[in-house]
Amino acid sequence: MLTAIAAHFVLAAFLPLIARRWGRAAFVVGALVPAATLVFALSHAGSALAERHPAESFAWAPAIGLEFTTRFDELALLMIVLVSGIGALVLCYYACYAKPGDRAVGRDSSLLVLFAGSMLGLVLADDVISLYIFWELTTVCSFLLVGGDGLTKKLRKSATQALLVTSLGGLAMLLGLILLATAAGTTRISEILANPPGGGVVTAAVLLILLGAFTKSAQVPFHPWLPGAMVAPTPVSAYLHAAAMVKAGVYLVARFAPGFSDLPAWWVPIVVLGLWTMVLGGFRALRQHDLKTLLAYGTISQLGFLMVLVGAGTWIAALADVTLVLAHGLFKSALFLTVGIIDKRTGTRDIRELSGLGARWPPLTVFATLAVLSMAGFPPLLGFVGKEAAIEGLLHGQPKDLLLLAGVVLGSVFTVAYSLRFLVGAFGTRPTVAPTEAPPSGTVMTTIVGIPAVTGLVLAFVPGLVEPLLAGYADAYSANPPDYHLGLWHGFTMPLLLSIAIIVAGYLLHRTALAPRLAGWVPGPLHAQRGYQAGVDGLVALAQSVTGRLQAGSLPIYLGVILVTMVAVPGAGLLSGIETPVDLRAWDSLLQVPLAALVLVAAGTVVLARRRLTAVLLTGVVGYGIGALFIVDGGADLALAQFLVESLTLVVFVFVIRRFPPRFVDDRPYFRRARWVKATLAAVAGTFVAVLAVLFSGSREGMPEASRFYIENAEDATGATNVVNAIIVDFRAFDTIGEIAVLAVAATGAASLILARARRRPPGGYASEEAVAERAEVKQ
Amino acid sequence: MTAEPEQRIEPVPWEEWDRPRDQWLMAEHNCNTWPRSLLLEVCARIVFPTVLMVSVYLLLAGHHDAGGGFSGGLVAGLAFVLRYVAGGSAELAATVRIRPPVVIGSGLSIAVITALVPALSGQPVLSSAIWKLTLPVLGELKITTNLFLDIGVYLLIVGVVIDLLRTVGAGTELGGPGLDDETLEREEVERT
Repeated sequence: MLTAIAAHFVLAAFLPLIARRWGRAAFVVGALVPAATLVFALSHAGSALAERHPAESFAWAPAIGLEFTTRFDELALLMIVLVSGIGALVLCYYACYAKPGDRAVGRDSSLLVLFAGSMLGLVLADDVISLYIFWELTTVCSFLLVGGDGLTKKLRKSATQALLVTSLGGLAMLLGLILLATAAGTTRISEILANPPGGGVVTAAVLLILLGAFTKSAQVPFHPWLPGAMVAPTPVSAYLHAAAMVKAGVYLVARFAPGFSDLPAWWVPIVVLGLWTMVLGGFRALRQHDLKTLLAYGTISQLGFLMVLVGAGTWIAALADVTLVLAHGLFKSALFLTVGIIDKRTGTRDIRELSGLGARWPPLTVFATLAVLSMAGFPPLLGFVGKEAAIEGLLHGQPKDLLLLAGVVLGSVFTVAYSLRFLVGAFGTRPTVAPTEAPPSGTVMTTIVGIPAVTGLVLAFVPGLVEPLLAGYADAYSANPPDYHLGLWHGFTMPLLLSIAIIVAGYLLHRTALAPRLAGWVPGPLHAQRGYQAGVDGLVALAQSVTGRLQAGSLPIYLGVILVTMVAVPGAGLLSGIETPVDLRAWDSLLQVPLAALVLVAAGTVVLARRRLTAVLLTGVVGYGIGALFIVDGGADLALAQFLVESLTLVVFVFVIRRFPPRFVDDRPYFRRARWVKATLAAVAGTFVAVLAVLFSGSREGMPEASRFYIENAEDATGATNVVNAIIVDFRAFDTIGEIAVLAVAATGAASLILARARRRPPGGYASEEAVAERAEVKQ
Repeated sequence: MTAEPEQRIEPVPWEEWDRPRDQWLMAEHNCNTWPRSLLLEVCARIVFPTVLMVSVYLLLAGHHDAGGGFSGGLVAGLAFVLRYVAGGSAELAATVRIRPPVVIGSGLSIAVITALVPALSGQPVLSSAIWKLTLPVLGELKITTNLFLDIGVYLLIVGVVIDLLRTVGAGTELGGPGLDDETLEREEVERT
């Protein structure tokens, strides 16, 4: 399994080259690895089902105990079927969908395979850190795929929103996972679930993890990113935003649910937000005219449904949940791919403009109808089987489950209504609209749509094929599973009656004239998109106000803050712990006396200088004087560096000074008032440093051990007789590299600032971003 | 000021090898904003190669005497400072044809690569080796690998100094690129 994940990443690296050579065929090449993964996983299904759950491990940072562990169990196998199976189909489909010679082929194929690999890693990961890494990789892939070439503002905005929302959740999840792993004492998910920890920390941890799951699976109130992400190419939407990535949130909840399903902090948010999402998504879908957006709201609704079922936490509900995960992956990808065909062949996805496609493309219509009916829960399709199980599970649970059932029924009515809206809108004939002109739908693309659609039909008749897999996951919830089997016919039972009622009510809702006016209407202030916008605007405003206060733009203030901090924070502590030195000597060598006098005189005169140049030259004198003191003490290297740096500083100072007024500005009242504060601050800081220097040099006893080591080993270890140089380039070479890196960054930054300032705006200002985007759109 | 392009392409006959490629001094139209001093310009030109040689000496001698990459780089940088102070930005442009960020980047790259090479043979990063060669005339020559680190530091410092000259020096000259007097006056007002 590790090999399979690695193979995805390796192939993704080579796909841009393949795409340059063979164009669209790169997608087919890309499909090979997911297809092989699917075959491999299915051929080893026995080991996943036989409770052996083979694990593989790869220690990528053994020094800090980090390893990547995969665990191949029922839930992982189910997700692999979706991730790799749908992934291979979508990649093949994309090969027909992309325009020949499209420059985005290399990028998109590479990203899709990278995504498939990340998703595979995500569902297989058995330790929380790798889980998080793959989780964020899928987020990044989603961002890049939604953003595309980023030419239009809409693309950038949608991609950014998807990234911000999901990575916010991702970071929260990381925090939660770390808390959980710390509480459990292991990073292995299987071990955490075997002995779930408890306590207040775990409550916080599961809430944080749920935040990650909710953002990823587009639950209320984070859902608006998903309809926005529909600007991506349709195959990308079909794969990421219907079948695979948005399922990651459901997967995460399903993965941790067996350990925490009794915790109120776990199931209450799940069922409340899940129900809300299910109803709201279905309701909003009724208003959409764009087929893709309609499906996106449908996806939101279905994801809410899946969340509710996991949150219910019973054996049958869990069975229903994984059944519906499979069913949803199949029918939703088929529907998205159908929309892709419609969009590509007719040039529109607006249901007000489409008419008569059903008669024109009979095979596609049949496949799409199968998928839609599965979504609406019509027999005899897998969606119906799943929904029957769901109702059964909620009917016979605790009292709260009946409340859930009511919500689920309402949501399902909406589901039936928007499913019919989709079907009739896409394939129906409208008397008022001229039949849409369209070429044939294409054999290959139609066949690819047919595969998941027909699978949903076949599995409904032989649920025994997948039941061991699905029931294997549900067994984690209960040691004594009830005697329930997936199937089309359980007799005249309550679930069947409810199913019929749902379908009838949904049909009526679809037919009523009320629907177009009122359906999907949400009062403006309740729009979640406004909340997102307000959040982003608030963050920007906060950042601006913080930066505005911290970066006042005044050098004296910056310097003052630094000096006060230096004196106040370490100063007090350092001074309290140091004894007064006993043997203070006035000088060691007589030469020091005139040099010290020179330095002191120069330093004193700087303060009195009226001209900037004089002041600069006098500070130079101070620097040279100190260099001379180094020579007296025998530090030739130090003195050399000091002299050179001093000269360079002087030159740079003069460069800058020549653009300033020659004299210091000192005749304003403000400066006069501030002067005393500055003088006091400077005097205190200067005295502090001077006193500290004397105290430190006095409290040193003999030569430090490090110095002795350097002197003894310089010749042998580094071949240098100059110990200073040996320290710089060998013993402390890591410091040197860090320092020169800082120097390079600082010099480049300063140079860029000056050069940027020197650059003038072009006459008439820069072209606005919108204008550029519009031009790009026109070109397309 | 620079050599004619065709001169560079054609092979130069050997008796012309000592002919200077450049003109010795800038022509009048290249003149700077500040008064020129012929003496200073000529001196700077004469001293320039010597100072560069001293800087290389400091770089190589650093292992046993005062010096090293940092000091050597600063000395080389100061040689360019001398040229700039004598002749202004035109003189600097004639001296340096390569862009300073390239020098900075190559210096940093050399240092980092030197640090990482030992890791290839399984040794700790930044560990150094000593090679001893016996050359015919010079006698025994000892090269330590950390000399390359020093060379990286040297290049980086030279690049930083030239970059400073290019930006803080030439970039803020009166009448320099993009800084018209109006902007300056406005800034003057803002500052006071």
